[in-house]
Amino acid sequence: MYQFNYERPKTLADAEALLGKADDPKILAGGQTLIPTLKQRLAMPSDVIDIGGIGELDFIRAEGDAVMIGAATRHATVAQSADVKKHNPALAALAGSIGDPAVRHMGTLGGSIANNDPAADYPAACLGLDAKIHTTRRLIEADEFFKGMFETALQDGEIVKEVTFPHPEKAAYMKFPNPASRYAMVGVFVSRGPWGVRVAVTGAGQNGVFRIAEMEEALAKNWSPDAVANIKVPATGLNSDLHGTAEYRAHLVTVMAKRAVAAAG
Amino acid sequence: MSDAASGEGIGQPVRRKEDFRFITGNGHYTDDINRPRQTWAYFLRSPHAHARIKSIDTSAAEAAPGVVAIFTGRHVADDGLGGLICGWTVTSKDGTPMKVGPHPILALDTVRYVGDHVAMVVAETLADARAAAEMIDVDYDALPAAASLSACQNAAAPQVHPEAPRNTCFEWELGNKAETEAAFAKAGRIVKLDLKNNRLIPNAMEPRAALGEFDKGTGIYTLHTTSQNPHVARLVLSAFVGVAPEHKLRVIAPDVGGGFGSKIFIYAEETACVWAAAKVGRPIKWTADRSEAFLSDAHGRDHLSHAELALDKDGKFLALRVKTVANLGAYLSTFSASVPTYLYGTLLSGQYDIPAVYVEVDGVYTHTAPVDAYRGAGRPEATYLVERIVETAARETGIDPAELRRRNYIRTFPHQTPVIMNYDTGDYEASLAAAMEAIDYKGFPARKSEAAKRGKLRGIGFSSYIEACGIAPSAAVGSLGAGVGLWESAEVRVNPTGNVEVLTGSHSHGQGHETTFAQLVASRLGVPLANVEIVHGDTDKVQFGMGTYGSRSGAVGMSAIVKALDKIEAKAKKIAAHLMEAAVEDIVFENGTFTVQGTDKSLAWAELSLAAYTAHGFPSGEIEPGLKEGAFYDPVNFTFPSGCHICEVEIDPDTGVTKIEKFVAVDDFGTVINPMIVEGQVHGGIAQGVGQALLEHGIYDAESGQLITGSYMDYCMPRADDLPSFDLGFTTTICPSNPLGMKGCGEAGAIASPPAIINAVTDALGIRDIEMPATPARVWTALQSATPRAAAE
Repeated sequence: MYQFNYERPKTLADAEALLGKADDPKILAGGQTLIPTLKQRLAMPSDVIDIGGIGELDFIRAEGDAVMIGAATRHATVAQSADVKKHNPALAALAGSIGDPAVRHMGTLGGSIANNDPAADYPAACLGLDAKIHTTRRLIEADEFFKGMFETALQDGEIVKEVTFPHPEKAAYMKFPNPASRYAMVGVFVSRGPWGVRVAVTGAGQNGVFRIAEMEEALAKNWSPDAVANIKVPATGLNSDLHGTAEYRAHLVTVMAKRAVAAAG
Repeated sequence: MSDAASGEGIGQPVRRKEDFRFITGNGHYTDDINRPRQTWAYFLRSPHAHARIKSIDTSAAEAAPGVVAIFTGRHVADDGLGGLICGWTVTSKDGTPMKVGPHPILALDTVRYVGDHVAMVVAETLADARAAAEMIDVDYDALPAAASLSACQNAAAPQVHPEAPRNTCFEWELGNKAETEAAFAKAGRIVKLDLKNNRLIPNAMEPRAALGEFDKGTGIYTLHTTSQNPHVARLVLSAFVGVAPEHKLRVIAPDVGGGFGSKIFIYAEETACVWAAAKVGRPIKWTADRSEAFLSDAHGRDHLSHAELALDKDGKFLALRVKTVANLGAYLSTFSASVPTYLYGTLLSGQYDIPAVYVEVDGVYTHTAPVDAYRGAGRPEATYLVERIVETAARETGIDPAELRRRNYIRTFPHQTPVIMNYDTGDYEASLAAAMEAIDYKGFPARKSEAAKRGKLRGIGFSSYIEACGIAPSAAVGSLGAGVGLWESAEVRVNPTGNVEVLTGSHSHGQGHETTFAQLVASRLGVPLANVEIVHGDTDKVQFGMGTYGSRSGAVGMSAIVKALDKIEAKAKKIAAHLMEAAVEDIVFENGTFTVQGTDKSLAWAELSLAAYTAHGFPSGEIEPGLKEGAFYDPVNFTFPSGCHICEVEIDPDTGVTKIEKFVAVDDFGTVINPMIVEGQVHGGIAQGVGQALLEHGIYDAESGQLITGSYMDYCMPRADDLPSFDLGFTTTICPSNPLGMKGCGEAGAIASPPAIINAVTDALGIRDIEMPATPARVWTALQSATPRAAAE
């Protein structure tokens, strides 16, 4: 690591103030991406502002027809939450499938979506559940939040506070893990709810998470695995690497979508 | 007490003595050792696969905080230090010796792979050293790289070493060419197969590390390092590199966390650390991080082969011919030349009576990390080739794969193969039969059709393997080009209180020698296991020894202990005879007690041990005081572990995922000292074989020579949930060439399992071949282009 100033504010206000003062700050949440990046000397921030100690960001609340989850809530907490399991079991299962136990006890929801790794799981849940992302400055719809590989709508100094996940009627996430990293090579989140039907894909796209309108329309008419079984996804714009071609990923999107619908019931 | 009654002797599943310290964090690994005034080394490595170094400017880095010294290839050369060596000379078929390019400790004017050593920064802290390394200004003239194994011998390919035109280090052959050609000319059927044996990156749990020290008062250098063979390291560092005379260099390999071959070799980093310790007058510590390990540990395998098997109309093998191109990487590592030649070509007869075998191997340089022995070392490559082509022959002839093997098994011993080896004993049919029974081969068709109903493709694959272990008779390897003898040494020290220290030239880095070797001693001397200490890994404590690799520590290392115990017993009987006033020939030693035959006179082990050191009244000149004996054991032959592994897989055609449903391994290791440890060795070996067959692949970009699989994000190590529960069995034929009848078990799993798995995968898919690793993507792709026989059934 290169040297940096380390701050661990107790409140969001303090965190924002520190961010405002620093030359080239980085926000540290669970550190599951940032710490390895720092250790490999691939980043040289002037300041690391650790928001992991801000109590007001660590909560899960079921209110009305949604679950609100604070940005600093660990994956393991979400996976084990009675509220999440009751109202949104697909989300709890997704959180429980991220990385390994060590990762799940450090990594946070806010950190995951702010980083927007194109193979991360949470972006698929946000997009697939029509989630609302609350920041220190505004409310951003999931459809507007994820802008591309490691890119989001967040501005400099803007911190994710919480994410609102409305309850789905049916939902499931099916992940085909990269054999080496076990990140999603293809992860498909399907849901049906007040927003209609959503099919969100992570891992496969060069620009990160995306929706598949053709599958959503087909499922809106007929919520069954067969409805998507023959919908072929074009390989254009999908990743191609030593773990699989774009064509393979495109094929897996259909397979995982089909399995997700079956799992959602 | 008998071995079974004590629960500690030969054949007993004794829990490993060393595990308590390992699992409670009380092991002493090289990185755990710290010295007063210690400094830290960081190696600046080449970012290019191939480049000229025009200049290196270290001035800014030298002025950086905490920097103690910076060394480049120029300093090494000016000090007259030699380069790293390859300890085995292979001769080409035209009679010329292999073409060896220089292998400097630190690059002088050219870098030849990504990760090659350019400079060593020594600083007060590792962070200081790393920071300073970034300030070193190296002016590179980047050159095109020969990173592709298939293209590196082309006339237009960039050259790795000017000494080796067409990047060819040697063109080696073995076997009888004329007989082989004649057999092919009259063959009823010829089966051909092109095979790749994928490059693997070792990934021992403990990365390589070194701590170099220099004592100004005595002029003695000490190197703590992660070595499988500290005496060999000392010999190379003194006699060839010239760090210090042998008696002024102490090498200590303390607890070592896995080697798999990669810690046999003498590398640049530990050499530089111990050499420079005298220059800076302070201890120098280096521990590889995982990224460095990926780049700079010697890799394994990496062959391209074409094989042809000639059969008569009854399926009898007539001849095998093989052409292999073996990647040696950018420099010859310590034993790299021996791996694709004498450890490979000599096993190409497999378990079969093949009248003629002819193999040609081109060892080639590429701009990639050096390639050397990795668990199995040559023998997995041979087994993969033989067992893949035999299975292919079975499919093409329509003969059941078990039946085809049976028709060709060697059944009389000793058996001289056409490729040097003289197999001493074995019963291949027995392990095949036991494995078929264990996996319920008869029930396979029903399981296959049941799987098909669920939309899954089920396949089964055999591997009847043989390996040569107990490496090796010194005269034999010497005649084949080895620069060392491959005997082993032992010293048994009985203390006055009767407990025992055994100093062994073998080295344990996970094998459990502290338990297994102690079981032998406890059994022989009738002392409790707790009273036996196994000492290894320190050139100051232990007499010269050859170390641990090639599954040799049981068959060779323990044989040396047996010889030393024989001498101990002989001397102890002499002392007992004197004390009990009897004739030596009347002394019986059993269960730790000496008795005079036909009398009630007896002497306990502890009494005798004490008497050996009090030495009161020993007849002068006839009995020396003390009870300590040493022995060197040079084997008379290799040992030949063999067996049969059968794998059953199920493939999901929607995703290409292969799941191993059943894995049966029936091995013949000769005498087994500790079945629990042996089973653990087989488990680990199969896990690595599953890694090679389904998961692991070291990949360099063919153009740039960058290592693409340089971390666990892309290099897929096997995890527990990738593996089935293994079903193990043993058949036993006693090895006739060593006193305990042992054969060796350390590598069998890694040798035998890949062809069993790939034979199962190709059976499930109904295709001839699939490249390892058979990843889901590759399996799915194969299904798209194949007309799946299996699926259509």
